[in-house]
Amino acid sequence: MKVREFLCKKRKIMQLEQILQYTFSGLSTGAIYALIGIGFSIIFNATGIINFAQGEFVMLGGMLTLFFLEVLKLPLWAAIPCAVAVSALAGLLFERLAIRPLRQPTPINLVIITIAGSILIRGLAMLLWGKDTHAIPPFTGDEPISIAGATILPQHIWILAITLLIIAVNKFFFFHTISGKAMRACSYNRRAAGLVGIDVRRMVLFSFVISSVLGSLAGIIVAPLTMTAYDVGIMLGLKGFCAAIIGGMSSGMATVVGGLILGVLESLGAGLISSGYKDAIAFIILLLILFIRPQGLFGKAESERV
Amino acid sequence: MKREPFKFLLFAVLVLVAPLAFKGGYLMNVLVFVGINTMLAVALNLLLGYAGQISLGHAGFFGMGAYLSGILTATCGWNPWLAMPLAALAVGILATLIAFPILKLKGHYLAMATLGLGIIIYIVFNETVDLTGGPSGLSGIPNLAVGSLVFDSDIKNYYLVWTFTLAVMLFSVNLAGSRIGRALRAVHDSEVAARVMGVNARLLKVQVFALSAVISSLAGSLYAHTMTFVSPASFGFNFSIELLTMVVIGGLGSVYGSFLGAALLTLLPELLRGAQDYDIVIYGGLLMVMVMFMPGGLVRGIPDLFRRMARLREGAGNA
Repeated sequence: MKVREFLCKKRKIMQLEQILQYTFSGLSTGAIYALIGIGFSIIFNATGIINFAQGEFVMLGGMLTLFFLEVLKLPLWAAIPCAVAVSALAGLLFERLAIRPLRQPTPINLVIITIAGSILIRGLAMLLWGKDTHAIPPFTGDEPISIAGATILPQHIWILAITLLIIAVNKFFFFHTISGKAMRACSYNRRAAGLVGIDVRRMVLFSFVISSVLGSLAGIIVAPLTMTAYDVGIMLGLKGFCAAIIGGMSSGMATVVGGLILGVLESLGAGLISSGYKDAIAFIILLLILFIRPQGLFGKAESERV
Repeated sequence: MKREPFKFLLFAVLVLVAPLAFKGGYLMNVLVFVGINTMLAVALNLLLGYAGQISLGHAGFFGMGAYLSGILTATCGWNPWLAMPLAALAVGILATLIAFPILKLKGHYLAMATLGLGIIIYIVFNETVDLTGGPSGLSGIPNLAVGSLVFDSDIKNYYLVWTFTLAVMLFSVNLAGSRIGRALRAVHDSEVAARVMGVNARLLKVQVFALSAVISSLAGSLYAHTMTFVSPASFGFNFSIELLTMVVIGGLGSVYGSFLGAALLTLLPELLRGAQDYDIVIYGGLLMVMVMFMPGGLVRGIPDLFRRMARLREGAGNA
């Protein structure tokens, strides 16, 4: 009897440790989803466009870092800013060459053009760098750290720290700089923003640049954990969108919480239920939120304007 | 509208005599796929081109038709002719149930929701290994047969598939010209205005969504029975995008445009066989160029181009 009780207790502790472990890894992937989701929201708020190419900037971040590291032999601290800069340039070109010249910017045409852009970017990446999966070395070693029975990698801490930093910078930008305030004005009312002298088109361009920077940073910090390839953008992009939907397309904390919730649920689901259905969890959440609370988990219902 | 029957007849005759020009061979197989893809593109076009509702999950319905037909015949030993309508019915019921909540969404949200739906279906194909064989696929699906005539060669399949495709096209042309077609276009232009005029927009959208899913399912069943093998890779997110590309390139709201788009996108990879890896770049580029410079698709863009060239030539003649 004693033995059995002991075993039972031990199993419970094991399970707790497991749950803790899944939660930790879920939080770090959730942070990535949050960053991508914020990128979606920034563009959506400035333009009303859901940028289906958002995931490709995540891919570009990882692949470009690898390119600067391996081909140009730059050190990591130099490769990362270079990769972010090139991704930002790609975002800028994407807005200038594909979105702005669109003659009939109906929602369907915008969906199609961003999908076309994503296919094009993905295809070019495949031609340039091939179909292989690559690994980026972790930022600081890969000695696991043990916390309360769960082990985490230094990269997990990097991810969480960098995400926090980016969110803080993001907050500062949107609330304490002129450009940020102008972008917020555009998201409330584009015409009114134009009337007070804000260059709306420039703000739209900014929004694409900022979200490609956010996307590429997400791609860079996650690459040491999950590897990177030309086609990682699809899934990461969609999950980032899912985070943004949970957060009600806000470019602030709501989307961050959305990303973390998604990451943890996914990780727990994969660990405790079935790893095969891991990707389905995000989409089931996406559909449920869209059906039941399209304004997001924390938002207030808004009446539809005709 | 009087011209429609002639247009259709001309098209049907061309389809019937086309095999004579190709004398069988490898291209026949490709033409079978053109038929299946045309059916799918027409189905998506009913939803996207006429009703203005986007779907990025149609590969899912196509796959469900294929798998239901495959499982019912290969695993349960049913007659394929019985499996096909049953699969279509099941997909239709499922699509109707999903359509009510999903079509409340609009534009970008609808695109994302249907995309999510397609991916969930794709994951189910991969994971229910006992039923579908998982990633390695389901084989041993029987061919369709009428009496002692078994549709087991490319030429026979060509006529089988195209019979269905022509029927679907005729149906769609008629639907587009009918009261329902006009109501759909009204919903497309302004849902509010359509509702004010007494169109039950909600129900109509659901019906078109279900109809589109049923046609896709039929195409899936045909695919399963002509290929005799199905695997999840054919029904992924990429194929949904390919279908969208077909519809947009051909021309939104045009049945013959869907054929053009389907034919172009099915033949293109065959023509670009040497440049295999470039096809994804070409798709993306093509889609982008079409939306930017020919938003009406080939069916409207090409006559437009000719008219503009003629005008230019006239101008040159006068000067």
